[in-house]
Amino acid sequence: MHDKTVTQLAAALASGELSSRELTSHFLQRIEKADGQLNSFITVTAEQALSQAEAADKARADGKAGKLTGIPLALKDIFCTQGVKTSCGSKMLDNFLAPYDATVVEKLSAAGTISLGKTNMDEFAMGSSNENSHYGAVKNPWDLAAVPGGSSGGSAAAVAAGLVPAAMGTDTGGSIRQPAAFCGITGLKPTYGRVSRYGMIAYASSLDQAGPMARTAEDCAHLMNVIAGHDVRDSTSVARGVPDYTETLNAPLSGLKIGLPKEYFGDGLDPEVEKAVREAVKVYESLGATVREVSLPHTHYAIPAYYVIAPAEASSNLSRYDGVRFGHRCDAPTDLIDLYTRSRAEGFGEEVKRRILIGTHTLSEGFFDAYYTKAQKVRRLIRQDFLDAFEDVDVLMGPASPTPAFDLGAKKDPVSMYLQDIYTIAVNLAGIPGISVPAGFAGGRPVGLQILGTHFAEAQLLNVAHQFQQATDWHLQLPAFAEENA
Amino acid sequence: MQWETVIGLEVHVQLATRSKIFSGASTAFGAEPNTQACAVDLGLPGVLPVLNEQAVAMAVQFGLAVHAEIPEVSVFDRKNYFYPDLPKGYQTSQMYHPIVGAGDVEITLDDNTTKRIRIHHAHLEEDAGKSLHEDFHGMTGIDLNRAGTPLLEIVSEPDMRSAKEAAAYLKAIHSIVTYLGISDGNMAEGSMRCDVNVSVRPKGQEAFGTRAEIKNVNSFRFVERAIAFEVERQIELIEDGGKVVQETRLFDPERDETRSMRTKEEANDYRYFPCPDLLPVVLDQAYLDHLRNQLPELPADKRARFQNELGLSAYDANVLSASREMAEFFEEVHRVCGDAKQAANWVQGELSGALNRENLSIQNSPVSAQQLGELIRRVLDDTINGKAAKQVFQALWNGQGESADAVIEAKGLKQVTDTGAIEAMIDQVIAESPAQVAQYRDSEPEKRGKMIGYFVGQVMKASRGTANPQQVNGLLKEKLDALL
Repeated sequence: MHDKTVTQLAAALASGELSSRELTSHFLQRIEKADGQLNSFITVTAEQALSQAEAADKARADGKAGKLTGIPLALKDIFCTQGVKTSCGSKMLDNFLAPYDATVVEKLSAAGTISLGKTNMDEFAMGSSNENSHYGAVKNPWDLAAVPGGSSGGSAAAVAAGLVPAAMGTDTGGSIRQPAAFCGITGLKPTYGRVSRYGMIAYASSLDQAGPMARTAEDCAHLMNVIAGHDVRDSTSVARGVPDYTETLNAPLSGLKIGLPKEYFGDGLDPEVEKAVREAVKVYESLGATVREVSLPHTHYAIPAYYVIAPAEASSNLSRYDGVRFGHRCDAPTDLIDLYTRSRAEGFGEEVKRRILIGTHTLSEGFFDAYYTKAQKVRRLIRQDFLDAFEDVDVLMGPASPTPAFDLGAKKDPVSMYLQDIYTIAVNLAGIPGISVPAGFAGGRPVGLQILGTHFAEAQLLNVAHQFQQATDWHLQLPAFAEENA
Repeated sequence: MQWETVIGLEVHVQLATRSKIFSGASTAFGAEPNTQACAVDLGLPGVLPVLNEQAVAMAVQFGLAVHAEIPEVSVFDRKNYFYPDLPKGYQTSQMYHPIVGAGDVEITLDDNTTKRIRIHHAHLEEDAGKSLHEDFHGMTGIDLNRAGTPLLEIVSEPDMRSAKEAAAYLKAIHSIVTYLGISDGNMAEGSMRCDVNVSVRPKGQEAFGTRAEIKNVNSFRFVERAIAFEVERQIELIEDGGKVVQETRLFDPERDETRSMRTKEEANDYRYFPCPDLLPVVLDQAYLDHLRNQLPELPADKRARFQNELGLSAYDANVLSASREMAEFFEEVHRVCGDAKQAANWVQGELSGALNRENLSIQNSPVSAQQLGELIRRVLDDTINGKAAKQVFQALWNGQGESADAVIEAKGLKQVTDTGAIEAMIDQVIAESPAQVAQYRDSEPEKRGKMIGYFVGQVMKASRGTANPQQVNGLLKEKLDALL
């Protein structure tokens, strides 16, 4: 069962071949058996999952099942789940039981899906390797010496290892697409505003976006049908109709105009990754697409601009963790300043502190214009680059990451870690959607092809990705770890 | 040296929305601590603000009322600082693009002259919670009921030159916001608070002196006292060779003094930046027109109309337009009785006196505007005389009758204007007062005028106050003079 897609499992549930209880128990057993090695879950909600599964089976018996009723999923531990620990990968929130459900959680639950638990992540979604978690690093099921990517590393690893058929992630600078690429699965970052951020713990509010991580684009389409849409509780969510993302999956690609940004194929790109991506592009040509080189001239400003804007927002978003109302509080504070400083010093990890300091600095009087205002100007230029490119082509393609998954502990220097996100970060600054699909291997580790579209082009991206998956089988390959732990 | 005082005010007005500015929690005053704070107000992880449209409408109404420019786009910013009663670690406010631009307000001074005070801008923001230092045995309690209550901060230009002008400005703002119904204006409950910026400069000098900001002054009286103290302190300091430092001071009403809280060097760097959780507020012309059409007549317009159209004195017009309730009461009395001057006299005299004695506001007046108007009408049409009118008023005040007419009927206060009946009473009084008649007769003619008062009193008494005093006077004089 673990090698089946959500689409296949849904069909099996619908035909009565499987019950949700069987399915849920199966995956819970796999987690029980294998996750000691992977560390992809922070919290497993087995009991709750089984009772939800029973409710799903009953709903089906009563003829009230929807398409995804009874499908087990996992949630990145950034989504608030009522009554369940929601840690955001931080010691700061190790004791935090969310008193409410995030909108995404509410929608998934209303659709009848089952949550198996909360997946591991870089603390407050800050990281590209999942090594910044209070709950320890997550391992890549393709190679336990490798990182799964981050920050949605737990979700990616769990899906790749067949511990859950699909999971929810969030992406602020690549946190869905890069771990999807590293773990050989499919991950979609929707347009900013397409999915509600309510109940998703904020890292950088103007960049954060939730999205599905699964084996196939088709699975992502099913999940997008559930989670996309306007939410009155999130002012930045967009009031715009949501299409049925599964309907256009099989649209033919003949005449599709693909752009290859030359800046995405430059220095620092691993040759094997480049080869895999170029091979993938050839597959598209064989499907009738035309390919041309395009330019996104401000690409090299994306990382500096991101590391001004995201930490600035984060420094403010994370001010609420002060030890006063919830979260970690130091022992026996002597006064208010002691309460603040020790609670925060003890509760936050290194990378989080680093970004709070950067953000606090860039917002300070005398620095604000030079950093924040300037970065916002750069952001507009980057967005314009994409809009200009989409005048000429339908989609952009390139690698999701310059290298395949690197070894645990390999990147000690924060800046070298930041440079990992060179192909993903600009997408968040522009607010456009992007998807990463498995496209081969480099040194035995998966390579992700990133496909970008203009604002609200999710249906097109899913169609383009699905057609590739009809023509290739990279997405169906499972790591040996998944089989050994069957 | 002659000194000139320069004052600017930042007035925080709590808007009377039903729910908070960014959440659905109630804004009602006085609930049990932390019972009116939802997940958003508590700043729980993952929550997001949603702007209350009612707060926007109220801010815009204020802007229109002070002839301000309303920018098409305004933006919320985060003001970052740590404090236990500030749950998110930032206050959502408007730093760079406020909802209300430059405008002005007319204030009326004691001598009934007016002056225009310019408003720099007004912006929307959320209030913080309250820190409670009592009853917690060395710890601090936090009540977040107030967190997220919408505030409109109105920032004036430094246009005021005395404590009296500052108080008049505060009263003008109070009157505008209560006229608009956008705030209850209750200063005791903190619905209006103000920060006062004060500096002094040698008379004739153009450059401003260094200012001190006095925080959280919460009554008209305190504003005057705080400024008076601060001006004196600054002048003394400079005259003794010292320098005023830019700082934040606190007014202590118990000791009637201001004390330093923090100097400029210790001031926070609030690290303002646009709030990424809220979209810019975009207002179109149709929306502004819609709100403009709903504006009530404002205090300055009412004052002018009371003077120009109703012929009231500047003083009367000012008093009667000071609050919307007072103005509406007066206007109803006037509508019913038809005589503005009489209506003004009764509202400011008998009614205000009675209200003050019992410490009631005009909204809670036991005598309605309709009742008072009818009462005045009965004076005007000579149904009752002035003395009886006071009795009728008292009866209505005490709830002893539905209307002036009912009281007049029940108490038999209808004025006697029948000459025959009055003559009969006069004849009786004269017959019963031989000594006084003799005294009258023996007096110098110029002293008789005064003595007639005794007889008038007796006749009025005999009529139980109902005889028409003018008639009594005339007839008495005739009859007494006939005895000479």
